[in-house]
Amino acid sequence: MTAESSQEEIDAPETESVPQELLHGAPVVGEGTDRTLFAGREGILDLVRALRADGFYQCIDLCAVDYLTHPCRPALPAGIEPERFEVVVHLINHSDRTRIRIRVQVPAEDATMPTLFPVHPTVEAMEREAFDLMGIHFVGHPDMSRILMPDDWNGHPLRKDYEVGRIPVQFKSVPGAR
Amino acid sequence: MTRDLDLTALDDALTRLTSDDSVLRLSQHEAEQRSGYQADSNRMILNMGPQHPSTHGVLRLVLELEGEIIKRSKPVIGYLHTGMEKTGEELTYVQGATNVTRMDYAAPLFNELAFSLTTEKLLGIEAPERAQWIRMLMCEMNRLSSHLLFMATNGMDLGAVSMMLYGWREREEVLRFFESVTGLRMNHNYIRPGGVAADLPDGWRDDIRRILDPLPERLDEFDTLMTGQPIWRERLQGTGVITAEEALALGATGPILRSTGYAWDLRRDMPYLRYDQVEFDVVVGSYGDSFDRYAIRLGEIHESIRIIRQILDQMPLGDYRIQDKKVTPPPRGRIDESMEALIHHFKIFTEGFKVPAGEAYVAVESPRGELGCYIVSDGGPKPYRMHVRGPSFVNLQTLPHLMRDSLIADTVAIVSSVDPIMGEVDR
Repeated sequence: MTAESSQEEIDAPETESVPQELLHGAPVVGEGTDRTLFAGREGILDLVRALRADGFYQCIDLCAVDYLTHPCRPALPAGIEPERFEVVVHLINHSDRTRIRIRVQVPAEDATMPTLFPVHPTVEAMEREAFDLMGIHFVGHPDMSRILMPDDWNGHPLRKDYEVGRIPVQFKSVPGAR
Repeated sequence: MTRDLDLTALDDALTRLTSDDSVLRLSQHEAEQRSGYQADSNRMILNMGPQHPSTHGVLRLVLELEGEIIKRSKPVIGYLHTGMEKTGEELTYVQGATNVTRMDYAAPLFNELAFSLTTEKLLGIEAPERAQWIRMLMCEMNRLSSHLLFMATNGMDLGAVSMMLYGWREREEVLRFFESVTGLRMNHNYIRPGGVAADLPDGWRDDIRRILDPLPERLDEFDTLMTGQPIWRERLQGTGVITAEEALALGATGPILRSTGYAWDLRRDMPYLRYDQVEFDVVVGSYGDSFDRYAIRLGEIHESIRIIRQILDQMPLGDYRIQDKKVTPPPRGRIDESMEALIHHFKIFTEGFKVPAGEAYVAVESPRGELGCYIVSDGGPKPYRMHVRGPSFVNLQTLPHLMRDSLIADTVAIVSSVDPIMGEVDR
């Protein structure tokens, strides 16, 4: 027990001084299927394009997370400023059977991000879902419209400040009671 | 081995998909307004569904036709949206499986499996050996019932009504087995974080053998009935064609990707549970058309039977859920004699268990493709964010490309060959 903890104390400062591992200029954290890249919005398209050239041909998933009520999420690597929104992209490399996750920080006051559509056409529906439910606008998307909620819906339901039951049920063309 | 891909071929497919206009990008309002004949382009916009018997639930298709040829189209979804990802944030990890099981209602156990594996990954635990094998057994049985359902609906969509009856009949046998194990025919909440809800009942081996023994013969009957039928082949072969490069760019997984000859199956390529200890083949097609997608599912039923037979022989003894009182409830008998067990039971069902902060993504091969679950935990007893990557949701995007330049009469056959489950599309 004491030997281990003293070992940790010795190791801790060293790991901090070791320069952050980078992949195409973005810091990488984690191992195996949890390998995570942290990226800003600028240059995200080039990053995804470079990863595609590395063999990450397929984009598996794209979703958004609202960190409004969980601001002290597990520490982000140095140089990455935590923002309210995060867009999480999962890519897969079939030839060496690896996955990679990209976490893109998107600020609350300007919830926009370049679309990944030119590199992975599959994100069309996923980005529409992220727009619909989380209110993140993907610049350059061919059809930035609601996908699951009705076109005339107000608000973005998956945001943390859109609470369950707070907003009255919206029916089309039925006058409200008040 | 997965086929080696040529980056230039992939780039060609990418350029084609991002620049061609297979997708009719109209808003819901516009589609309704402009429904009918378009004088300017000599085309017609047709709204098909959501209340249409062959749209597998509530899928709506907006089609742009030139004569009888489909030029552009767009699947309009959301009619079954019930906010399950939002609901998932309000339920504890103990309750969570009841929510996700309702997404892909034809293959509910896969949803539970993905959710449970993700939770277990965040907790840093692994279910006991027997639980892993039980999960594998139940999932393969579920793949069987899901593909039989596909055979039934695909047959019905193409006018082979007797196939519908046969498919439902066989599926019913499997559901009866599920009822004897989980208590419910669908929406089981059987696979839970830490293991499964209950051990297999006495005589489960006999029950399974009773289901499996007549199946190969009946599958051969279906094969004669459908595959050997000229009308069937005529309607499916060469319709709804997609290439491997296009399927990859569109994120398609499961039978759609495999129909192009691209062998990718998570069970074999990134094994989870104990799939590395059973022998099976990945069924692939070669033309990427509706017929290949049908044939693959028929072949996968045979492979599932093969896997289940191996599980029957290899099922180990032991615990069916992890003996960790913080994660799984104590056995019912202990509650009467131990105050501690009563407290644990009470704690688990009132406030649940806490999961360390972090994030995890785990994917499994559902009958429709890669089913993934992404959970962000803030250290509390409820997921901070729970996202499910539904294969039907993503696969549906291939529809405009599959249907381009095909006859309107083939629409139903092509939609059917994609096998979308709207509960999972809309979540």
